[in-house]
Order: sequence, then C-alpha cells, then structure tokens
Amino acid sequence: MLVPLAKLSCLAYQCFHALKIKKNYLPLCATRWSSTSTVPRITTHYTIYPRDKDKRWEGVNMERFAEEADVVIVGAGPAGLSAAVRLKQLAVAHEKDIRVCLVEKAAQIGAHTLSGACLDPGAFKELFPDWKEKGAPLNTPVTEDRFGILTEKYRIPVPILPGLPMNNHGNYIVRLGHLVSWMGEQAEALGVEVYPGYAAAEVLFHDDGSVKGIATNDVGIQKDGAPKATFERGLELHAKVTIFAEGCHGHLAKQLYKKFDLRANCEPQTYGIGLKELWVIDEKNWKPGRVDHTVGWPLDRHTYGGSFLYHLNEGEPLVALGLVVGLDYQNPYLSPFREFQRWKHHPSIRPTLEGGKRIAYGARALNEGGFQSIPKLTFPGGLLIGCSPGFMNVPKIKGTHTAMKSGILAAESIFNQLTSENLQSKTIGSDFERLKPAKDCTPIEYPKPDGQISFDLLSSVALSGTNHEHDQPAHLTLRDDSIPVNRNLSIYDGPEQRFCPAGVYEFVPVEQGDGFRLQINAQNCVHCKTCDIKDPSQNINWVVPEGGGGPAYNGM
Amino acid sequence: MAELRVLVAVKRVIDYAVKIRVKPDRTGVVTDGVKHSMNPFCEIAVEEAVRLKEKKLVKEVIAVSCGPAQCQETIRTALAMGADRGIHVEVPPAEAERLGPLQVARVLAKLAEKEKVDLVLLGKQAIDDDCNQTGQMTAGFLDWPQGTFASQVTLEGDKLKVEREIDGGLETLRLKLPAVVTADLRLNEPRYATLPNIMKKKIEVIKPGDLGVDLTSKLSVISVEDPPQRTAGVKVETTEDLVAKLKEIGRI
Repeated sequence: MLVPLAKLSCLAYQCFHALKIKKNYLPLCATRWSSTSTVPRITTHYTIYPRDKDKRWEGVNMERFAEEADVVIVGAGPAGLSAAVRLKQLAVAHEKDIRVCLVEKAAQIGAHTLSGACLDPGAFKELFPDWKEKGAPLNTPVTEDRFGILTEKYRIPVPILPGLPMNNHGNYIVRLGHLVSWMGEQAEALGVEVYPGYAAAEVLFHDDGSVKGIATNDVGIQKDGAPKATFERGLELHAKVTIFAEGCHGHLAKQLYKKFDLRANCEPQTYGIGLKELWVIDEKNWKPGRVDHTVGWPLDRHTYGGSFLYHLNEGEPLVALGLVVGLDYQNPYLSPFREFQRWKHHPSIRPTLEGGKRIAYGARALNEGGFQSIPKLTFPGGLLIGCSPGFMNVPKIKGTHTAMKSGILAAESIFNQLTSENLQSKTIGSDFERLKPAKDCTPIEYPKPDGQISFDLLSSVALSGTNHEHDQPAHLTLRDDSIPVNRNLSIYDGPEQRFCPAGVYEFVPVEQGDGFRLQINAQNCVHCKTCDIKDPSQNINWVVPEGGGGPAYNGM
Repeated sequence: MAELRVLVAVKRVIDYAVKIRVKPDRTGVVTDGVKHSMNPFCEIAVEEAVRLKEKKLVKEVIAVSCGPAQCQETIRTALAMGADRGIHVEVPPAEAERLGPLQVARVLAKLAEKEKVDLVLLGKQAIDDDCNQTGQMTAGFLDWPQGTFASQVTLEGDKLKVEREIDGGLETLRLKLPAVVTADLRLNEPRYATLPNIMKKKIEVIKPGDLGVDLTSKLSVISVEDPPQRTAGVKVETTEDLVAKLKEIGRI
C-alpha cells in the first residue's frame, strides 16, 4: 500500500544527477536521458478517456435516477452548512417548506475539514445566537496573542497592537472539524438532508446552459477504467439553485470558471499550502488560549509563508500547530512538508513540543489572493461561496468567518428568488508559472527527521487516516501522461514529489532500460488540491474520487 | 418460496484505516469524532441477504444495530445497500461501551423471535474486539442450528447448505431453517451504498427494555494500553554468538 518514498526519491535524485553529468559531458551522440520507450499509461479516468468511446463500456446501462430539490449545496464545510442552516431558518420564519440537500465527499462531516483555526465568531453568532446553550464547541477564547520573526537561532518578538488586523481579541481557537460536525447536527435537526460519503462529480446543465444541478460519483469502476460487477451510476440532484461550497480550489468550481468566464475581471487566485499537526504536550508547557504566529525562518526572503501554534483548552493539553507556505515559491527543490518538519526544531518552538506526542497530521491548500482575486460569484442556476471563490481575509489570517458570512448572505439572497427559473447574474501571474527550472536553483538540504519532534512523510500520512477504495481509477488525472517525465522531471526535477504533503507522486526507475516513470499513489491523497494548483505544466487535474474516501481528520 | 424473512445484524466500528489512540486515562480507545464505518464482515452479511432477496428467495431483509444514536448511520448504509427496514436498538453511550457479544446476542435472539425471521445473518466477528461470539451465542439462545465462517450459502427448499471455511479446509453443512449464519471474507464482494436507496427508507427505534432484555455485563475493563514499543533487533556473526546471547537473556 504505502511505498517507501525516501528510499526511492534519494535514489532518483542521485540517478538524475549522475545522468545529468553524463549528458553534459558526452558528445552529441548522447540520447535523451529521460525514458524514450513508450510512456506507460497512468491515467485511466473517464474524464480523460470518455466511456462512450470505450469498448469495455458497451451495453452498460448508463441511466441515472434523478431527485428534485429546491437547493442543492456541494460541500459541508463552514460555508455550505451556514447556507443550509440559514435557508432552513428562513423557511421556518416564513412558514415555507424548501427541500435543501447537501452532499459531502467525506464519510462524515468534518473528516475533510482542516484549519488552524482562530475563529472570529461574528458570523457564527449571527447564525446561532444560542450557540452556548446548544453546546457549540467554542471552548477556547484567545487570551494571549503573540507574533515573532524567526531567524535560524533566534526569535524577535513583535508586539501586536489593538487595531492591527491580526489582533485576536474576542476570537476563539477552535477545532474546526468539530465545529463543522456540530453545525452538521444543527443542519440535520433543521431538516436539511445531509449526505456524507457522496461526492458531487459532475455539474449538470439545462439546454440553455444554466446549471441544473449535480450528479454524484459513479461507483464500481476498476483501476484500469473498466466497469466492475458492482458498477452503479451516481444520482442526479436537480435544483432551482445549486450552491458550490467546495473549499479552496474546488474541482467543479474550476469547470464553472471556464464555462461562465467568471474570472474575466479579477486577479488570478494565489494559494498557500497549510500543513498542520495536533500534539498532546507536557502540561507544564501548556498555555491555554495562547495564539502564536511567526514569519521568517525556515522560509527565505523569496518564499511567502508563516507558522501558527495555538494552545487549545478542551481538557487535555493540546496544541494545534502548522506552517503555511505560499505556493508562488520559485525553488522546485522546496518541500513544504520538510520545511514544516524542520521549523519545529527552532529553539523557540522545540521546547513546547518536547515530551509531547503527535496525534494528528494533515494538509490543505488555502487562498491568499485576497479581495482582488474574488471572481464573479453568480451564474445562471447557481453560485459560489466560501473558500471556493476565496473570501479569506489574508492580513487577518482568517477565512472561516467570511466563509460563513458568504453562506448566510447567499441563503438570504436566494431565498426570495427560489420560485424563479434562473438567477439573474448581478458582480499577478498564477502560482504554477512561478517555478524556476531546476538547473537555476540549488537543492535544499533538509535535516533528517528525528522521530521525536520531526517525522518522515509516510508515518505522517498514516496519521491522517487517509484511505481510498484501492480498485478505482486514480483521481489525480493527467491530461497528458508523458508530461510528468518529459517536462516536470526534466525541467523542474519533478516538484510534485516534493510539494505533495502525502507522497502521492513518485518518480521511480522504469523496470527495463533507463529513465523514470511517474507513479501515482492515489490512495495516499489527502485532498489538499496543491498539485492541481502548483503543477508547472497544469497537467494534473484533480477530480473527485469515490465518495467516502480521503482523510479521516478528527477535529482538525 | 419467497416467504422467508432475514434479520441482519450490523455493527458500527472504528474505520479500519484510522490510527487508533489509547485514551489518556487508559479506560479504552478514543472514539469521539473518529471516523467509524460498518464492520466489513457485517457488510458481507448484508450483501448476502440482499442477494437472496434479489434471487427472490427472501421476502424481507431487516437490518438491526445496537448502540448509541450514531448507529443509525450504519443502519442507513445497510438500507442503502438494499435492506428493506432498519431497527435501531437504542442504548445510551455510557452503557454502550459495556455492550458485549452476550448482551447483543440476547437482543438479537428476542428480535428474531419477535419479527419471526427464518434466518439471522451476521459478520463472523467485529474488527474492534475480534470476539467471534455473537453469532454462536445468538444461535444458542434461540436453539437454532448455526453455520459460521460461511464462504457460500445456498437455499435448498427449507434447508440451507452452508460451506464453511475451517482450519482444515472447507466443511459443508446442511441446516434446517430457521438458522444463524455468520459471514466470512470470501462469501461475496459487497456492493456500494448508493444514494437513491437511502432517501426513502425509515428506521424504527426501540429500547432493550421493550424486548425485555437485561444488558448488565459481568465483565469490566481494567485497563487498555498501547502494545510495548518494538525494540531493535540484535545481529550476531556466528552461531556461537547466537547461543551465547540466548543464554545471556535467559532464554536457554
């Protein structure tokens, strides 16, 4: 299942260098050092190889059942759930009955949620004025707010004055996965039909081009793309309005941007990758309510990013910590995961973790583009909310409250129009282009993980609880199977083997002859979307795997 | 022939891919917020029941689970696979932690009589406690024949031919209905739980008291601990060294 990555990438790196030297010193007769044999087929997904042209699918019944609802929401995160709850609250207040269906690819609500997180409770309290009585998990008010600039050995404290955007007075440190799970219960209590374990795989359109709804994923397709005996089509959910709340860089949103040209008048979105761990620490190091942010080391002047370390107050001495690395970094040798691991060794961070135990790991891409990167949000038949279009307030380092607010506003604005057929539409260079070729950059020497504070990639991935049904087409699809080796590896030294926080992408030597091939370990995927964002060839297209697969985060 | 009714028991367990963590107070493992799913052997049992129904040999498949409110998710999965009705025997969370095979078997036996079923299907064991007892105990309470570790089930009139995977190989039994069968891995490959099926079906909630079952357990868990950390091995050069080392640690 999980293939030893370190062994192979080290070997691959050495081979690559040896071959590079060979290429530079041999005369003109030196052949192309990347594999010249036929490219082994990697991608089998039907979005790249349509089934209507595939002989193995002849005679298979492709009919889908359909259900009609008033509103269908894709994604049960803070935005999606806020919209669902608000819609039902309005329905009750106006004595109308509306059918709201919510589909979520995670097996349970909150399992794919990952965030720091420091919550500005404004929007949340608006939605749930009686949150305390209902037992919402807002248990840790922020009591201390610290900011520091790190150098390799020292920490320079920076005072946080009231009025600065990152001042956290009045905010709560939350385990967003638990909050989202609680919101899911509230939504169900209000009558929202919540369907975890079912991924929205396809957008459906009316003849006039407006959005009709979505279809959930098909099940029972083999790894090589052929149908299994258990093959079944997904369900179509038709709605008057479809709300897309897929989170940062959603895969259906990606299609909608193209179809409705929603990004015509905004800046391209820029992203970061956030890696996070939960640690149970020694009680004497525990300062519940403390919020710690740093910038600087280990990232260099050219790489945007910073860290967070939050002390939760929920019984046991738990801290949530992590590193965000801007995905506009230039050095293809950079590994966000390893930067995170070595950051933990800093003299100002390490003591907090000493004697503690790591209990969770995960990663997710997040938006950094800010206000100027917000696309047009509405289109005939639907709208986008939450981190999908990207409402994160970057200077405040918070996006959850804006996501919730966008959900609430969406619900309020569509509620009155639910009887109409179509909603009338009202409202940098991109990250993947920033990578420099590998020959212009120097490899980064990362320290080996010590197994106490820092860890290797595979044991971290195991801790995320991620898993997928093994026998299905890889959901990390390549438009062109030859590009990873011929372009990404040759020019950029295969950055995907470094930026993926789950070890999905490996360049392994081919069985016969010289050269490498890309191996995709789709089962490891934690659905962070970084590869779709950072691939310099934009060849990787992340599509949704069978619902229920993915990480099993608990209160991340 | 399609007058037979089947009761399938399903258990909600921690998902097999999740890393287990022992609770700090050592009374059990952390279950709060952890991903749970239907026990894989229970999925196989549900699949077998649904297949019998599709072959028109069985009229109704009832899925049942004992435990706290979250069990309804598991029953819903069974309904999504094709079961007709769901019954949730509700047990409050504190008591649910002490539910063991004996208690569940009592419940299933009473339910099987109440619902007048002809076949009780279960998974051979649960992946959290690995007890492998519930099916056998249920058969004992009902005084019904049992076919455990079934790798093939064939209905022949009012008899059930069950092929069992045992240590020595395969054993075939013929059981008179009503009977209890527990499913082993190779019985079938379960289908996916699809959305259209869950939308329409209902789950009935009852209390153990309604069945007249007493859930007290005579077992109590003293402590739960992590297995000891694996220590590094020692390499030796010669057999003499090996013998010396073994003597040193008192093994010979």
